[in-house]
Amino acid sequence: MSEQPPATFDREATDGAETAGSTPVTTGATSVIRALEGAGVETCFGVQGGAIMPVYDALYDSSIRHVTMAHEQGAAHAADAYGIVSGDPGVCLATSGPGATNLVTGLADASMDSDPVIALTGQVPTAFVGNDAFQETDTTGLTAPITKTNYFATDSDSVGDTVGEAFAVSGTGRPGPTVVDLPKDVTNGQTERQPGAPRTPSTYDPQTEADEAAVERAARTLERAEKPVILAGGGVIKGDASDALRDFATEYGIPVVTTMPALGAFPEDHELAMEMAGMHGTGYANMAITHCDVMLAVGCRFDDRLTGGVETFAPDAEILHADIDPAEVSKNIEADVALIGDAGTVLEQLDSEMDRTPDIPEWQEQCQTWKAEYPMDYAAPEDRPIRPEFVVEALDEATPEDAIVTTGVGQHQMWACQYWTYRHPRTWVSSHGLGTMGYGLPAAIGAKVAEPDKQVVCFEGDGSFLMTCQELAVAVRENLDITVAVLNNAAVGMVRQWQDAFFEGRHSASQYPWVPAFDKLAEAFGAQGFAVHEYDEVADTVEAALAYDGPSVIDFHIDPGANVYPMVPSGGDNGQFALSEDQL
Amino acid sequence: MSEQGPQQVNRLQGPAPEDRPRPSGRRNSQGIRIDPEVEAEPVPRRTVISALVENEPGVLAKASGLVSRRQFNIESLTVGTTTNPETSRITLVIEEPEPGIRQVEKQLEKLLPVISVQELGENAIQRELVIVKVHGDEPDKVQAVTEMYDGTVLDAGPKTISIEITGDENKIDDAIDAFQQFGIRELARTGQTAIARGDVWTTDVEEERYERMHESWQTTTNND
Ligand SMILES: Cc1ncc(C[n+]2csc(CCOP(=O)(O)OP(=O)(O)O)c2C)c(N)n1
Repeated sequence: MSEQPPATFDREATDGAETAGSTPVTTGATSVIRALEGAGVETCFGVQGGAIMPVYDALYDSSIRHVTMAHEQGAAHAADAYGIVSGDPGVCLATSGPGATNLVTGLADASMDSDPVIALTGQVPTAFVGNDAFQETDTTGLTAPITKTNYFATDSDSVGDTVGEAFAVSGTGRPGPTVVDLPKDVTNGQTERQPGAPRTPSTYDPQTEADEAAVERAARTLERAEKPVILAGGGVIKGDASDALRDFATEYGIPVVTTMPALGAFPEDHELAMEMAGMHGTGYANMAITHCDVMLAVGCRFDDRLTGGVETFAPDAEILHADIDPAEVSKNIEADVALIGDAGTVLEQLDSEMDRTPDIPEWQEQCQTWKAEYPMDYAAPEDRPIRPEFVVEALDEATPEDAIVTTGVGQHQMWACQYWTYRHPRTWVSSHGLGTMGYGLPAAIGAKVAEPDKQVVCFEGDGSFLMTCQELAVAVRENLDITVAVLNNAAVGMVRQWQDAFFEGRHSASQYPWVPAFDKLAEAFGAQGFAVHEYDEVADTVEAALAYDGPSVIDFHIDPGANVYPMVPSGGDNGQFALSEDQL
Repeated sequence: MSEQGPQQVNRLQGPAPEDRPRPSGRRNSQGIRIDPEVEAEPVPRRTVISALVENEPGVLAKASGLVSRRQFNIESLTVGTTTNPETSRITLVIEEPEPGIRQVEKQLEKLLPVISVQELGENAIQRELVIVKVHGDEPDKVQAVTEMYDGTVLDAGPKTISIEITGDENKIDDAIDAFQQFGIRELARTGQTAIARGDVWTTDVEEERYERMHESWQTTTNND
């Protein structure tokens, strides 16, 4: 059990401002905690251990809530989800060596998705560094390629400021994970230095406003476009630009396609919404991006799961690329106009530069025709095993429209993209760039801690769930009201789907001859468990699980042969998406 | 929610791939829209990139790790401090097509300790140093070749002679070729270092930094 004061869901009550600095800074570790408090941190996730113990000791006197996770990977994912949902960097803690290495997957995940995360890792005392001391690893070396930047704390006086800098860097510009490695002598060492306010170093100065000449060129290009689309990426959500995007698209009548990280950036029930494009995107989204003549890409990095083969990506389109990170512009797809700046600011700049609305009634109609031609639909006959799409829709219908969805990685993740209607930013929490199985449950924990009043639904595959299901212990201990829907097909289904399509159905190591009873597993952890085999049990069970006050797990035994379509084969042409296996 | 129908499951509607129109355009492998008139893949170009960086521990590891993990085709990388003891200059010679060169610049610029990055033009002053150790059987001839390349003999013994040559890359390559006749036992090359020619500053913040430093020197001297 946690030794912290009783957890409270009232964020006001845990506001760090009042208590920050209540006990004087005496050691490097207290300075670390003061720095977190000074940055407004209310919650952190972690696992104890030898080298990080001084920091935990200082945390004992702090009002910051600590959620003890079962595994450090869980701590990193929970912090990541907390960051996505709240918009403030999520904090995770781990000890040296195995604690730090267990964080690595979560940090790589956060890095690929530009999520703000700060990891504080314990380290062996400075004098032992490099000697292969007990539980030593080169944490800064290991995490350099998967962090925005990292720090090795050198002394007790400056360690608080270093943590503040890590915080400021993580959350500004293009967000990303940062690590501060904390040798035990540094955290144990004496200091009375109160850390200053978090600030970024002088060499770090992201540009928020795009160059005026570029804005002018972009506006002229958009005005005369005949087939424009907006491609919204995760940067729209990170930059709190969803309202600006909706206003802009609506004012100029331009259809909006989203990338996977951008689900919720534009309301999917909006007339102009073409929803998600890419490998498992909607047919209409992929038709729109393939046939457009001007693409305004905002806050996206043209990942290969989105573009398919670059040779056939938006082949006729002039690309206007807005991004806060200049290195993303012309990295994968050459931009005709580079708009370096913050998503919301650039959209506002463009809006004030636009002199007229593009005249595009035919294109708008064409987009609607594609929606009618390629509806996201499926047949769900009663006498068959349950279709996974049906389960996703059932949960969507039973929850409020601002409910938060988290997922693992695999087919279930794609169905959650396709068959849930996202209407609000920060309601979709998933592992996009790294594709980390097991992301869903710890992410649901982080999301629920960040937004205790919102309903949180986690979709997991049986394979993905098994990778981090031990975090159920945490959900129970913290009494987090989350609902886990396991779409159980007794297989690592996405792999099996590729084997069906590209390996002549040779199911090498993808079918599970046996899977645990996930409802019983849930009960063993102290959560509520349900199992569903028939269509007519779906609605009632969903209702009961959502009504249960605490974590619940529904083991949905779905059609084991169900595959995800549409599909653009890896490196393929988005306009040539397959609707079924025989079109691959 | 979907209608329950009698049809087979998992059949989405709509024209099959072969029945759909295709746009006429194309991009090349670097994502550049191809002008059908001039269809050219960008060719690799050899160039020098200079980065001014904060002199903090690990900065070289960060820069070299970045270059290797992104698979940039790097020819050489050198580093050394500048007039300001708090900064170093990293000089990279790379061979990449145009988009690759721009990526190297932008990715380097993203590293936090990096202050400023600049591609140096063709006429930058470039120098490399090599030490060649040849067999000492024909000292007179070695001396002649050394003079031809403005080299310096660093060490001459009965068995080996070591010579230092400085120059641009072509000169170094030529010199090594010329020493080949004596049998080169070992050699060590430093890699290129470079600086902008004339009164142009090597990277764009250096003038301002120089002036600031100069001012603070003057104030300290005046106070003394
Ligand atoms: C940590 C990790 N290991 C392996 C993979 C490769 N992988 C991608 S999807 C997938 C199948 C996931 O199976 P499951 O969680 O049961 O979901 P389903 O596809 O059946 O819905 C696998 C093995 C991965 N993405 N992450």
